[in-house]
Amino acid sequence: MSSEAWGEAWETVIGLEVHCELRTATKLFCGCPNSFGDEPNVNVCPVCLGLPGSLPVLNKQAVELALRIGAALHSRAQSSIFHRKNYFYPDMPKDYQISQYDVPINAGGWLELPSGKQVGIVRAHIEEDTGKTTHIGGGGRIHEAGYSLVDYNRAGVPLVEIVSAPDISSAEEAREYVEELRGILVATGASDGKMEEGSLRVDCNVSVRPAGSEELGTRCEIKNMNSLRSLGRAIAYEAARQVEVRAGGGEVQQETRHWDESEGRTHSMRSKEEAFDYRYFPEPDLVTLSPSEDWVATVRANLGVLPAERRRRVAKAARVPASSEPVSTVVRLGLDGFVAAAVEAEADAGLALRRLANEVAGELGDDGGHHLGREEFARLVSMEERGELTSAQARSVLKIMVAEGGGPEEVAGRLGFEAMGAGALEAVVEDVVVANPREWGRYAAGDDKLAGFFIGKVKAATGGNADLRAASELLRRRRAGQ
Amino acid sequence: MSGSPSGSGEGPAALSGLTSLSARAIAAGVRSGELSAAAVLEEHLARVERWEQQVHAFNLVTADAARARAAQVDAAVAAGEDPGLLAGVPVALKDLLCTRGVPTTCSSRILAGWCPPYDATVVKKMAAAGAIVIGKANMDEFAMGSSTEHSATGPTHNPHDLSRVPGGSSGGSAAAVAAGFSALALGSDTGGSIRQPAALCGVVGVKPTYGLVSRYGLVAFASSLDQIGPFARSVADAALALDVISGHDERDSTSLPGEHPSVASRLGRGAEDLRVGVIAELASAEGMAPDVSAAVTDAAEALAATGAKVEEVSVPSVRYGLSAYYMIAPAEASSNLARYDGVRYGLRRDGNDITEMYMSTRAAGFGPEVKRRIMLGTYALSAGYYDAYYGKAQKVRTLMIRDFDLAYSSFDVLLSPTSPTTAFPLGAKTADPLAMYLSDVCTIPSNLAGHPAVSIPFGAGEDGLPVGVQVLAPALGEPVMLQVAEALEAVAPRGEAR
Amino acid sequence: MAPTISKQDVAHVARLARLALSEEELELYTTQLASVLGHARDIEALDIADVPPTAHPFPLSNVLREDEPRPCLDRDEVLAAAPEVESARFRIPRILSEAP
Repeated sequence: MSSEAWGEAWETVIGLEVHCELRTATKLFCGCPNSFGDEPNVNVCPVCLGLPGSLPVLNKQAVELALRIGAALHSRAQSSIFHRKNYFYPDMPKDYQISQYDVPINAGGWLELPSGKQVGIVRAHIEEDTGKTTHIGGGGRIHEAGYSLVDYNRAGVPLVEIVSAPDISSAEEAREYVEELRGILVATGASDGKMEEGSLRVDCNVSVRPAGSEELGTRCEIKNMNSLRSLGRAIAYEAARQVEVRAGGGEVQQETRHWDESEGRTHSMRSKEEAFDYRYFPEPDLVTLSPSEDWVATVRANLGVLPAERRRRVAKAARVPASSEPVSTVVRLGLDGFVAAAVEAEADAGLALRRLANEVAGELGDDGGHHLGREEFARLVSMEERGELTSAQARSVLKIMVAEGGGPEEVAGRLGFEAMGAGALEAVVEDVVVANPREWGRYAAGDDKLAGFFIGKVKAATGGNADLRAASELLRRRRAGQ
Repeated sequence: MSGSPSGSGEGPAALSGLTSLSARAIAAGVRSGELSAAAVLEEHLARVERWEQQVHAFNLVTADAARARAAQVDAAVAAGEDPGLLAGVPVALKDLLCTRGVPTTCSSRILAGWCPPYDATVVKKMAAAGAIVIGKANMDEFAMGSSTEHSATGPTHNPHDLSRVPGGSSGGSAAAVAAGFSALALGSDTGGSIRQPAALCGVVGVKPTYGLVSRYGLVAFASSLDQIGPFARSVADAALALDVISGHDERDSTSLPGEHPSVASRLGRGAEDLRVGVIAELASAEGMAPDVSAAVTDAAEALAATGAKVEEVSVPSVRYGLSAYYMIAPAEASSNLARYDGVRYGLRRDGNDITEMYMSTRAAGFGPEVKRRIMLGTYALSAGYYDAYYGKAQKVRTLMIRDFDLAYSSFDVLLSPTSPTTAFPLGAKTADPLAMYLSDVCTIPSNLAGHPAVSIPFGAGEDGLPVGVQVLAPALGEPVMLQVAEALEAVAPRGEAR
Repeated sequence: MAPTISKQDVAHVARLARLALSEEELELYTTQLASVLGHARDIEALDIADVPPTAHPFPLSNVLREDEPRPCLDRDEVLAAAPEVESARFRIPRILSEAP
């Protein structure tokens, strides 16, 4: 958290736990479909319903996706086992969760934020999801509900839980971390990245400490944030709450707190007398999971290009820093292929990057959809570069290409943007100079401010259809006697 | 001799007619058309009709379904098809094997009336082999017990003496075979629950190598120890049944991969030149009755007389088996039985909130022994005690496997008593759990090691009741184990009081 | 060596295991659990720090299934076994605390 809110006295320490539902065809331990939005209790079988006598068998594809996530996070893949985490809760059919406890499949690692900062990864382990509980009465709030209903369609869906080190120091950085992780999870094919549908769920551990201190303060775990926005709000609220407690001489209690989106606050999740003791022990119905070196190597080899590397590539092409805002925007939106297309067409990659980060990003639909073709985009950049379209014209043409598709020549023609030839522009510049001899005299004597005057005249004379950079260049040449 | 006479005259243990036939003889007769499955079944059902009220081997007799199935088997034979290795053989299934649409209760109130929507793998295999399921056999609730007295449906009585227990937890299965209600039965063995009742009821009971038989559809007690196995009146019948139910199952991750030779592959060879070790620590185990000890000595001598090389061997860590077992099994059970919570199936008692509902449902649904083990296991796993109890018990398992490996470097099989005593009177041990637990002292080591073991009848004790001796073998050593068991069977004294 | 189990321990364990016990049962189980745990003293005394634990009798590994759908259960059959059902879901009494 930026510390200004409390003077310079406190800083926030944040670790994130991200649960990612894996995009498999079936559940983690049975052949029931892993799908979202079906009628309640249709995707169930003896295994995921926890019927007596049923036994789990591990889904190979879930392991594959977990390994991909680990590889993308620079984790070490290792021989691992499953444990049972025992506690009673009605969304869990066996009243224990099968999860990896002290020996996860992926250990260690790091994630690079667009800013270049590395956030440590503690582990990324496999576990099963729970069912869905709906509270009836009391406005759907758990504490005020009359009763609840349970649907086990999601019970047993494979999850990977990614635990970060407490390396994150602000709500903004936490959001960047989740954005970056989401990009990685989508890039590896592990997840659809839909936070709103619950396929990505974020819990965070928050503590505060005096600025500059190395202490690890007592932390609170915050749950139930279902968007990046609520993650940021929850961290800000919780950090402020803890500072208030400590600044007032109190002690922060280690506990789990629930984010209430409508109230905009966190609150303690359970009564104090309810001690949790998960009684972990090795799951006797499953055997060791020990992915072979070949498997791990194949996963690494086929990982594809991840966001950090894509940012490096875009930055190199556009000759800007990888940590710059347009680069991360373009990569986050998956538009870096357009930069590559511009490079391929020998168009100006820097100009392409700016057009993508500004005009294209601003015109994308809510779902990120567009009709822009890569080669068409590259041709547009070239046309602007060559002065065949002014920047204003290029922006107008681009917006239409994003919304409707089509080639730049055709769209520009449709809009009546005549490509003004170099000869025609020269004639306009000559006219303007001749018509304003006094101003030309001052400009010729070295008063560069007059350039703007002439450009304005050129713009007016051409109805905005001139390439003004080219016009400037003509003015300079005329002054230099070329 | 007390109670009903065994082996002759009147009484539930005195067999005659088709109910005295071996499973092999029945299957051979039915497959050849000399016997009809229907006739075999009716004689068995008549015996059930005559004695079940006194024995109470079953929670449920599935006479109608059995008749329909027998008719199918006979029709298949008439049509020239082969109904399978167990054609027309009546079998009893311990009531913790899931049977689609047929109540599977584990002798617990918490599952009263629950009908599984699927069949256990062994149930499918039995059906595919042409066996006729005659009923669901009584047991100690959730397989926790050594007497079948901890059943919500009341105790099973020993067919050899109705005032005595049949052993447990698979007491109903053992009694069904001893009483001629069925030629075969399936049970489960977590710490001796097949072998101990087999010994007390005078039948053969096999605990196979862990992973040889699929556990899919076996309601779990202690997952790392549970194994399904057969009861029969002869070693050859037990081998036949085990061959039918064994084999890899993709639905059980702990099922052993690959093909294994028939467990009957070494039958009929005698025990000549085999090396047999008598486990010193078990022969003198806590609570060992002199007549049982004497029977094991006799068995060892009888084997030696047939040409086996018999010696005493020390397996030191077996003395820790009971303690390790009573940490591991309850710990796993406490987790396995958490799911009986009144939400998805089974009993529910009302409560003002979910936790109250859980607590009252489980208090009403579980019997005292199950509660005791859940408590013990929850304690053993809870924070602060894991290392001292569960963790340490897992290390004892390692020690035991090492000790057995060493013993099997010098011996083909090992020999011990099955149960420290013959069948004890009903009610004798229900008030003292530890005394009951001691019944398993000789059988537990095989479960902890994952090894196979078989109990076979070997004469009678001072009370005239059956004594069982146990043959133990290394992992997948069933062929040689059953070879020795069969050799012992051939020389075993029958029925006379010591 | 772990301490002898107390009645408070037994009450705590009963709560963890979601078993409502009467006062008599608490007394009984305290005595009986102490007796069984007392017997387990023999392994508590063993010095086997260097011995690895055995969770499975046989060290199998990588038992995996292909990611291929299998038929699910018939919902009516599933719900027919439930104590209480509403809107094709399992109905339960109110929950007092969030999932941990």
